[in-house]
Amino acid sequence: MKAPDFDYRRPADLPAALTLLARHGAEASIIAGGQSLLPLLNFRLAAPQLLIDIGRLGELKQLTEGDGHIEIGGLLRHCDLAASPLIAQALPLLHQAIGHIAHPAVRHRGTIGGSLAMADPAGELAACCLALDGQFSLLSARGQRWVAAGDFFQGIYETALAPDEILTAVRLPRGGPGRISIFDEVARRRGDFAMAGLALVAEAYSGTLHGVRLALLGVADRTILAPSTMALLEAGPLDQARIEQAVELIAGEADPPEDPAYPPAYRRHLVGVLLRRTLRRILAEAPG
Amino acid sequence: MSIGAEVPRDRAKRLLSGRGKFVDDIDLPRLLHLAFVRCPYAHASIGAIDGAEAMALPGVVAVLTAADLDAAVSSWRAAHKLFPGMAAPEQSALARGVARWQGEAVAGVLGESRALAEDGAERVSVDWQELPAVMDANQALAPEAPVLHGDMANNLAYTAEVTAGDTEAAFEAAAHVVEEHFRFHRHSGISLEPRGIIAEFEPGEGRLTVHQSHQTPHQQQDLYARLLGLPEHKVRVICPDVGGAFGLKHHLMADELVACAAARLLGRPVKFIADRLESFMADVHCRDHEVRARMAFSGSGEILALQVDDLFNAGAYGQYPRTSIAEGNQIMRLTGAPYGHGNYRAGLRMAFLNKSILGHIRSVGHPIACAVAERLVDLGAAALGLDPIAVRRQNYLQGDDFPRTSVGGVELENLSFNACLDKALEIIDMAQFRREQAELRARNVYRGIGIATFVELTAIGPEYYGEGGQHISAQETCLLRLEASGTIRCYTGATDQGQGIDTGIQQVVADGLGLAVPDVEVISGDSALCPMGGGSWGSRGAALAGEAAMRAATTLRRNILAIAGSLLQKNAADLTIEQGIVLDATTDSAHMAVSEIARIGHFQPYSIAEDVTADLTVVERYASRGRLFLAGNGLQIATVEVDMDTGIVTPLRHLVVHDCGRILNPLLVREQIRGGVVQGLGAALYEELRYDPAGHLLTGSFADYLVPMAGEMPDIEVAHIETPTETSALGAKGAGEAGTAGAVGAILNAVNDAISPFDASIAETPITPPRLLRALGRF
Repeated sequence: MKAPDFDYRRPADLPAALTLLARHGAEASIIAGGQSLLPLLNFRLAAPQLLIDIGRLGELKQLTEGDGHIEIGGLLRHCDLAASPLIAQALPLLHQAIGHIAHPAVRHRGTIGGSLAMADPAGELAACCLALDGQFSLLSARGQRWVAAGDFFQGIYETALAPDEILTAVRLPRGGPGRISIFDEVARRRGDFAMAGLALVAEAYSGTLHGVRLALLGVADRTILAPSTMALLEAGPLDQARIEQAVELIAGEADPPEDPAYPPAYRRHLVGVLLRRTLRRILAEAPG
Repeated sequence: MSIGAEVPRDRAKRLLSGRGKFVDDIDLPRLLHLAFVRCPYAHASIGAIDGAEAMALPGVVAVLTAADLDAAVSSWRAAHKLFPGMAAPEQSALARGVARWQGEAVAGVLGESRALAEDGAERVSVDWQELPAVMDANQALAPEAPVLHGDMANNLAYTAEVTAGDTEAAFEAAAHVVEEHFRFHRHSGISLEPRGIIAEFEPGEGRLTVHQSHQTPHQQQDLYARLLGLPEHKVRVICPDVGGAFGLKHHLMADELVACAAARLLGRPVKFIADRLESFMADVHCRDHEVRARMAFSGSGEILALQVDDLFNAGAYGQYPRTSIAEGNQIMRLTGAPYGHGNYRAGLRMAFLNKSILGHIRSVGHPIACAVAERLVDLGAAALGLDPIAVRRQNYLQGDDFPRTSVGGVELENLSFNACLDKALEIIDMAQFRREQAELRARNVYRGIGIATFVELTAIGPEYYGEGGQHISAQETCLLRLEASGTIRCYTGATDQGQGIDTGIQQVVADGLGLAVPDVEVISGDSALCPMGGGSWGSRGAALAGEAAMRAATTLRRNILAIAGSLLQKNAADLTIEQGIVLDATTDSAHMAVSEIARIGHFQPYSIAEDVTADLTVVERYASRGRLFLAGNGLQIATVEVDMDTGIVTPLRHLVVHDCGRILNPLLVREQIRGGVVQGLGAALYEELRYDPAGHLLTGSFADYLVPMAGEMPDIEVAHIETPTETSALGAKGAGEAGTAGAVGAILNAVNDAISPFDASIAETPITPPRLLRALGRF
């Protein structure tokens, strides 16, 4: 379980990194926190000829407030985000989710860009970005493009990222007052990959939920939205009957892979359990 | 007295400060690294093996196949004469002709680094022809099953039965009969440090030196000598720091033998460190039993009879040299051992199938024997509407029942089931738990409590392997050397893998000699330096090596006092030693220091009368007689909370009350037990080696093979009852099995208690969330 031989470069700035990537493309791999890539190398499931270490590119470590959104540099580590008062205040969904990502050692190495580019179907940050309708900056020597989270994740470990692109930043719209943000998941042990999870935001609750976006993780080949359930939740007042309807509906929106240890029916059940808990919490915490 | 004192381990301080020296930390000039080509199929015939492309890589030195090793190393068969008729198919260091599990090594690639060796292994092409695989013991024993070994008619490796009384009649006449069908899935003992070996052959002197992460250096010395055809005194096995072993490291592993053969063939030292993937694939595994059992009760709760049928598998071969029978045999002999019924019938069937070999992992068979009987007792109590604790008390062996040989054939000297239960009930208030349980259930919170009583087999006697034909020592010898300054070097055949037996032996020697603990240094884990012994496994260190150490200390003390008597012109019987000073035994007045005696003894021996036995290096031995095991006992009580929506079980409280006889060091015993409980909780809730139907391992990393982690573990409370064994002067029994032995049964009963309102039950471990919810019919 030792990686095959590879070359290693640590470019001094972003243009140099993009130039290297343009030259080597699919033969190269970007390394940031290394939390996914290093096991892949050691298992010899990936064998890039060149590792381009972007770990010291300060340009990718910025956290900025824009007009109605927060922009998070791709190299910010999970621990950076967890400690950020801005994230806690403006993006509480993200703040909640980070506590579920693996263990402190991983959170001190792993980066948001690396996590999103890996596109693990159980990734917490991917689900948050999808629920928040985030935009990803994909930068190459050819230029920059912004891709919506919903278009970025294309399958298990598959994304819209081209071989010469780096995911440099994530732009997440900040919500207005009264926005509801809830992240929850079920894992075997603290820090394990989730068997199922959800990220829910709603713009407002006034007996009825408005502007609901509900993303699921660990229950399909990628993080997915649950559009039918979202529509049901916006269609009328939230009560026990609607909650049970939603629980029933969401099981059909999940599409878990065959897995004898965690059968699809079990994961569908879990998504329902999480949704029931989430919606009951909204009911219980609602003012008046 | 230092025996019984809470002496911290010096070794622990060293390891915790990062100064451990493990096999992989050792580097030698001209070292080669070994990586393996392992069979990617569960069962395949091996055609041509082409290593040319690998050999063309820079840094690849050799590609070895079974044929290359023919002249260098013999094959073997795992036979045991106490189990006549047990199938013992031939196994060789590299698979020959057919590979019988996914991960079996078929070629070894030697490179200048491990990465280069792996580069080479990737480029060795093997002409595989996949064969049908059998992955389940039932399937393996079906008439149409493919047969693994050509010289066998079917896959049945062994079958046996023990009976006592008239079981059939007892079941017929019983007021109540409960039965259950149990499934205990396959796992292993997971050590932080994987298996590892460095073999170095010196052709001039014909000497093989092996550094190995292992529990039994002398066993390995014998095996390497015989299998490689070397004189035994030319083979030296050194075990440096060992980062956990758990039974994983007291077998002969085929891939490790390849390292020895390669070192000899190539004339360069060879290192093999198993990586985590090949650990999961090719380490010995344990459990994987399917047990059907029933228990008969009288109307008042008396256990009348027990019947147990265990179906399990050895994997692809029997494990050499100990064989794979012990787990089934322990289940057959141990199930229900705490109870006084007279009617017993237990049978086992062991199959061969296409998985890695079943070995002896911590608490061999015990967790299953305990869980089966304890679950049946709970089921019986529930059927009769009786308190499960009262039913246990009613049926425990006690007082005049001892000594006895159990219906399963286990010698029980004097066990303390009732005392352990009394102690446990002082610590856990059952009535309060039941009140809280009822209150919480009303709020849809489901908690349960489970109790499991166990008998723990420790300190195996020489008859088991001696009669079996294995060269595995159950005799322990201790050599003590009084240094000229009055301190002690102690050489033992026991080994320390982190459990701290070195410290226990240090305390015994210090006590026996009247010296301070720091004045004794224990040296272990070297087959050339240390007296022949069995190493550490099966909870034998304290009871056997401890007793040998005490005998050696007694002898050396006698010699020291004899010299003192001679020098002081006093009767040695009137003298004693305390804290390194020879005193008058009656008046306590100090005469001289032991250091003074040591100096005179070594440098001025002419000062000592000639008729005095003045040996300052002494050797004593201990071997038990007339018993297979030294039985200890204890019980565990677990409380859990079950999330009825997700199926997740959260352990809340875990108590072990344990009787291992005389305790050398409570710190060591408590931590042994806590570690054992954690492994038991792993088996109960997390750890499972899963294969797909084609025989591919699905759990090849710690992301898929879950081990218990600190965040999920409860605080583990430990209490003791001390009933010293009278078979030795020291009185210690083993303590290493207890934690693992009872945890599965306690958790199984606790989970079933938690879900009891739902008319559901579970008898399968690990209790995964989907399994539990399936049992509850919730998805």
